[in-house]
Amino acid sequence: MAEVLVYVDHVDGAVRKPTLELLTLARRIGEPVAVHLGAHADEAAKVLAEYGAVKVLAADAPEFAEYLVAPKVDALQAAYDAVSPAAVLLPSSAEGKEIGARLAVRIGSGIITDAVDLEAGAEGPVATQSVFAASYTTKSRITKGTPIITVKPNSAAPEAAPAAGTVEQLAVTVADSSKGTKIVSRTPRESTGRPELTEAAIVVSGGRGVNGAENFPVIEALADSLGAAVGASRAAVDAGWYPHTNQVGQTGKSVSPQLYIAAGISGAIQHRAGMQTSKTIVAINKDEEAPIFELVDYGVVGDLFEVVPALTDEVKTRKG
Amino acid sequence: MSLRIVVCVKYVPDATGDRHFAEDLTVDRDDVDGLLSELDEYAVEQALQIKEAADDAEITVLTVGPEDANDALRKALSMGADKAVHVEDDDLHGTDALGTSLVLAKAIEKTGYDLVVCGMASTDGTMGVLPALLAERLNVPQVTQLSEVSVAGGKVTGRRDGDTASEQLEAALPAVVSVTDQSGEARYPSFKGIMAAKKKPVESLDLEDLEIEADEVGLEGAWTKVDDATERPARTAGTIVKDEGEGGKQLAEFLAGQKFI
Ligand SMILES: Cc1cc2nc3c(=O)[nH]c(=O)nc-3n(C[C@H](O)[C@H](O)[C@H](O)COP(=O)(O)OP(=O)(O)OC[C@H]3O[C@@H](n4cnc5c(N)ncnc54)[C@H](O)[C@@H]3O)c2cc1C
Ligand SMILES: Nc1ncnc2c1ncn2[C@@H]1O[C@H](COP(=O)(O)O)[C@@H](O)[C@H]1O
Repeated sequence: MAEVLVYVDHVDGAVRKPTLELLTLARRIGEPVAVHLGAHADEAAKVLAEYGAVKVLAADAPEFAEYLVAPKVDALQAAYDAVSPAAVLLPSSAEGKEIGARLAVRIGSGIITDAVDLEAGAEGPVATQSVFAASYTTKSRITKGTPIITVKPNSAAPEAAPAAGTVEQLAVTVADSSKGTKIVSRTPRESTGRPELTEAAIVVSGGRGVNGAENFPVIEALADSLGAAVGASRAAVDAGWYPHTNQVGQTGKSVSPQLYIAAGISGAIQHRAGMQTSKTIVAINKDEEAPIFELVDYGVVGDLFEVVPALTDEVKTRKG
Repeated sequence: MSLRIVVCVKYVPDATGDRHFAEDLTVDRDDVDGLLSELDEYAVEQALQIKEAADDAEITVLTVGPEDANDALRKALSMGADKAVHVEDDDLHGTDALGTSLVLAKAIEKTGYDLVVCGMASTDGTMGVLPALLAERLNVPQVTQLSEVSVAGGKVTGRRDGDTASEQLEAALPAVVSVTDQSGEARYPSFKGIMAAKKKPVESLDLEDLEIEADEVGLEGAWTKVDDATERPARTAGTIVKDEGEGGKQLAEFLAGQKFI
């Protein structure tokens, strides 16, 4: 069976959930071969094997952390040369897309970004995308070279499918031309203890209606009662009430959880672009004309400072 | 020596309009008003600030797009860019990201550059790959997704806020940068700027000028193909209740019914 390269997104060997989704999707078109760059490949390989990686190509070089993106392209290209895969899958993060794009130029292939589903087709993998702020669903494929496809988080439920996951060292030479952009310093994000926004099954977001950083704990309390991630509209982020990493929308994160709760958010097109594919949508807004109500499965017209705390209490009571 | 800045700007259908696909499954540009991609206004703004901080700099705005894309160039010129290059050719219709990057790279080389500034993504395609593609094709450093950028002493530095970390980046010129909408609000064109823009030069280039064959670009030359585009069915109308003291409870009831609690 044809091999499919899967680029592993990990933090110090801890494999992030979107990679498990990629392995699951990769199995629909071939045998997943994972590419792990950086330290702790052995640790990662256990998880990668559990989700179907027949092989883990591992390379570690200081350049991966010292220079932006390009050294990783060199490594992925080395893996591509070693395997001659039927397709290359990467997570749809800023970096995943950039690595995929540069590889596409090098190997003369097309690239599709932000796929939300993937299946085998007569003429190669068919990618489903959600475009124009999720108002259209398209099906596309790559017509030249080896398909390179980046997939959005939460596009598939990871399914375990134990495979060998044998670790093989990948020889990588980082070209001098790949050392152009120096990473001078790096400040890791502090963990909030809450689920990752893009991976969470439930997201609770607050907007301008939250009216101040000091009120965001109202949103956080509801999120915590549901085990949810916290999101924010750009209006709330621009006002400095919540960090940009939590922004949902066109220029923030795109989320597709089982449940999305929007409190004090009007539902502008750019916000919709990042949440419209959520399975169930709930909104709390005091303006019954707010466009967000066009999207909801359940909406409450009311003051979020009344409704959200009451909901939080009710959730806690019911959960016991 | 003058710092030569090229800003890549895209002319896109208005996101607040009703965007559709044309019969050949390319973006329909007739139905909806077009404009300079809002995210590229941030690129123009940062280029202007870099110019203001430099002794001597010149900003060229560059677009690949249909005749109407001239509007996007005029807007950028009225914000303060010095001149414009418009790559326009009937054979470009349907060009995908790889093809566009080929055309942009050739046009950038022809124009001459020390710094290329892009937006973080186009508001229609939203791929966010063009800057990386350009860096690869031009074989210069990629300094992308910056929420803060400055140029001094032949170097570009900036901050990239990623998913798991925030990174401080540095590269020698020439380089390709892209800036996010966190980099600072774009200025509005002044009346004076709008008047001045009318007299600024716009150079028009076609594929022949760039020595690109028609079959390398366009719908036929594309590396990807859209086979199907279906309008997403409108979400079925949900239940909407007015809070009269019981809103939180009613909502909890709904969530419990859906097995979320
Ligand atoms: C290029 C571009 C990119 C953008 N990217 C994004 C993006 O990624 N994400 C994003 O979110 N936006 C984005 N925007 C901005 C977007 O257009 C909207 O301005 C933004 O989403 C509005 O945020 P909001 O809904 O919180 O605020 P508003 O539109 O001001 O809405 C606030 C809502 O809160 C309600 N409200 C107020 N008080 C209460 C209360 N006590 N109880 C209940 N309800 C209350 C109001 O009725 C109102 O509906 C972008 C814009 C542009 C131009
Ligand atoms: N047709 C185009 N003409 C000029 N610049 C473009 C064009 N398409 C994309 N760009 C630039 O590349 C950036 C990223 O675009 P994209 O990869 O299409 O999301 C945009 O913000 C622009 O700066």
